[in-house]
Amino acid sequence: MSRLARTFAGLRRRGARALIPYFTAGDPSLDITRQLVLEAARGGADLVELGVPFSDPLADGPVIQRASQRALAAGVSLARVLELARAVQGAITIPIVLLTYYNPVHAFGLKAFTHGAVEAGVDGVIVADLPPEEAGPLAADARAAGLDLIHLVAPTSPPERVRLIARKSRGFIYFVSLTGVTGARATLPPDLAENRRQLRAVTTKPVCVGFGISTPEQVAAMAPHADGVIVGSAIVRLVEARATSDRLVPEVGAFIAALKAPLRSQP
Amino acid sequence: MRTLSKRAPRLPDRNGHFGRFGGRFVPETLMAPLIELEQAYRAARRDPQFQGRLRTLLVDYAGRPTPLYFARRLTEHCGGAQIYLKREDLCHTGAHKINNVLGQGLLAERMGKRRVIAETGAGQHGVATATAAALLGLQCEVYMGGEDVERQSLNVFRMRLLGATVIPVEAGSRTLKDAINEALRDWVTNVRTTYYLLGSALGPHPYPMMVRDFHRVIGEETKRQLREGAGRLPDYVVACVGGGSNAIGLFYPFIGDAAVRIVGVEAAGHGLGSGRHGASLSAGSVGVLHGSMSYVLQNDDGQIATAHSISAGLDYPGVGPEHSYYKEAGRFEYASATDAEALAAFQALARLEGIMPALESAHAVAHAMRLAPTLGRERVIVIGLSGRGDKDVQVVSSEEGSGARTSAEPRLR
Ligand SMILES: Cc1ncc(COP(=O)(O)O)c(C=O)c1O
Repeated sequence: MSRLARTFAGLRRRGARALIPYFTAGDPSLDITRQLVLEAARGGADLVELGVPFSDPLADGPVIQRASQRALAAGVSLARVLELARAVQGAITIPIVLLTYYNPVHAFGLKAFTHGAVEAGVDGVIVADLPPEEAGPLAADARAAGLDLIHLVAPTSPPERVRLIARKSRGFIYFVSLTGVTGARATLPPDLAENRRQLRAVTTKPVCVGFGISTPEQVAAMAPHADGVIVGSAIVRLVEARATSDRLVPEVGAFIAALKAPLRSQP
Repeated sequence: MRTLSKRAPRLPDRNGHFGRFGGRFVPETLMAPLIELEQAYRAARRDPQFQGRLRTLLVDYAGRPTPLYFARRLTEHCGGAQIYLKREDLCHTGAHKINNVLGQGLLAERMGKRRVIAETGAGQHGVATATAAALLGLQCEVYMGGEDVERQSLNVFRMRLLGATVIPVEAGSRTLKDAINEALRDWVTNVRTTYYLLGSALGPHPYPMMVRDFHRVIGEETKRQLREGAGRLPDYVVACVGGGSNAIGLFYPFIGDAAVRIVGVEAAGHGLGSGRHGASLSAGSVGVLHGSMSYVLQNDDGQIATAHSISAGLDYPGVGPEHSYYKEAGRFEYASATDAEALAAFQALARLEGIMPALESAHAVAHAMRLAPTLGRERVIVIGLSGRGDKDVQVVSSEEGSGARTSAEPRLR
C-alpha cells in the first residue's frame, strides 16, 4: 500500500477529510516554499502539492501563471523542485505530490524523473496535460519506481472516460470541480454534486476535489463530496500579496489552519 | 497517383499519432470535446453536401483555384531551375489561411456552435477567421500577442472592421505561443458553446489532420496545373514552415512521388547560432507544446523558449507533428532563411515580378533563390507563395530605413 493510500485510509477511519494546500515551488523562493511546506504540515495539511513551474501553463489562471513566471525567473527547474522535496523529507511525515505539465518531465527523462522523485520522498505526480491515452510510458515507469500517477476527471468527462480514469488513477483521483482553468471563484458549479455522484458510482478510490475552492466556507461545502479538498490559487495569491512581509509564513499557516477546521470531524 | 496513395501511410492513427509525434496532450476537460470534434469532422468529410458547400465557397468566395505562375524574370535572375509560384497570395484575405477557416467555419456551424475563437500571429489567420465568421454569421474573438498587435496593426484594424473582437495577450513572450495558451484557456472554460478555430496544422488531434485536409487543395491544384501546363511533376516543392499549414497543404499530395524533393523553410531569424530564431525542426528537440508531441525550441529543463522571426507568422517555437514525422522518416527536408535573407527575397520578388510576398512566404522564396542556381535549367521548383506582403510593408520599410540591410537589395540585370 502506498503512503497516499495509507493516508486516505487513515482519514476515512477517523471520519476526516484531507486538506491539500498547493504551492508553486520557488515562489517567491525555494527556501520560503520549504518554510511554507513545514508550516502547512504544522497547520493541519494532510498532504502537500508542489507545483513545478512551466513556461506555458495552459490549464492555469492568471494567479498561478504569475507565480510560475516568478519562479522561472528565479531559476527554478524540476531538478530543483526535487531537491526541495528531499530537503523537507525528514522534517514532515505527510505525503508530497508534484503537480506538473508533461514537457519538463519528458525533458528530464521519464525513468530519471520517477526514480528521482521517489528517492526525494515524493509520493505521487499529477500531470495537468497528460490524459490516460498518452500516459502509458510514464505510468509504466512510475509504477516500477513506486510513484503514484494521479489522473484528473473533469465535468466534461463522459461516463466511459470517468470509468477509464478511475481505473487508471493511483493514490487518489483528482476531481476537477469546474469547467475552466485554475483560480478562485465566488461560487461553486451547480453540477458538482451530480458529477461527484457519477464518480462515486464507479469507484471506491479516494477522490480529492480542486479548482476554484478558496474559502473555509467553500471547503466546508465540499467536504461531504470528497476525501480531500485542494486549495491552490487562494494560497498562491496570499503568498503573492505577502511575499515581502516577514509575517508571510505565519499568515499562510493561519489560513491553512482555517481551511482545515471544517474538515477535522465529519460525521 | 493511385499507387502513390497506397505507398503513403495513412496517418495519423486512431489516437492522432504520426509515429511518435502528435497525440492529445491536453487537460482532461478538453478530451471529450476533442473526440466530439473529431467525430463531427469525420462525418462532415464523408458528407457530400458539406464537401459541396465547401467547394463552392472555395471557388466563388475564396477565388480558387489559385494560379500556378511561371516566374520568368526571377528564373532568369537566378540562372538555373525554372521557378513557379503557387499564388495563395491571391486568395481572398491575402493568404492560404482562408482554405482552413472556410472548412472549420462550416464545421462550427454544423456543430451548432455560434461563437468561434482563434489565435493569430501575423494577424492573417485572425483576419481569415473574422472573415469566415462574418460570412457565416458567427460571433468571433481573436487572441493576439501584445507584440504582434503592435507590429501588425493593419491586420488588427481589419479584424475589427470585420466585426471581430481582438484580445491582446500580455502573458509570456506576448507572441503567437501565448495567444494559443490563452485561446486554449478560453476553450477550456467555454467549451460547451465555443468552437476553437485553430489556424495551423498543430495542436492536439484532430487539428493537425483536419487543417492539413483543408489545405491539401494547394498541392492537388499544383500537381494538376503543372501536369497540364508542363506535363510533369516538379523536382522540388518549397514552402515556409511556421506551424506548418501552408507547407503540409502543398506537400501532402506529393509525399508518394519519390522523385519530388520536399523542402520546408524555417525562420532562422538572426541566425541559427544566435539563439534568436523560429527553427524548431532545424535546431530544436522533441517535446510537448500545445497538445502534441513534436519538435520544439526549449531549454534543458523543458521550458519552452521564445522564438524570433521578422515575420510574425513564423515566430513560433513549435511545429505541426506531421512535419516532425516526415523529417524523421527522411521524406521532408528542412532549410532555413534569416530575417535578412527573407527581406532580400521580398525585395527581389517585388522588383523582378511585381509581387510583394508576405515575409513568411519570402523565406521560401529566399531558399528557392539559393537552390535554383545549383540546378539545371530543365529542373522545376514550385514555391508555395502563402500570402501577400501588404501587411508587412511597414516592417520592410523600417528595416530598410535602418540602413542595415542595403546589401540585401538584389542586383538587377
Ligand atoms: C502568409 C503566411 N504564410 C505562412 C504562415 C505560417 O503559418 P503556416 O506554417 O501554418 O503556414 C502565416 C502565418 O500567419 C502566414 O500568414
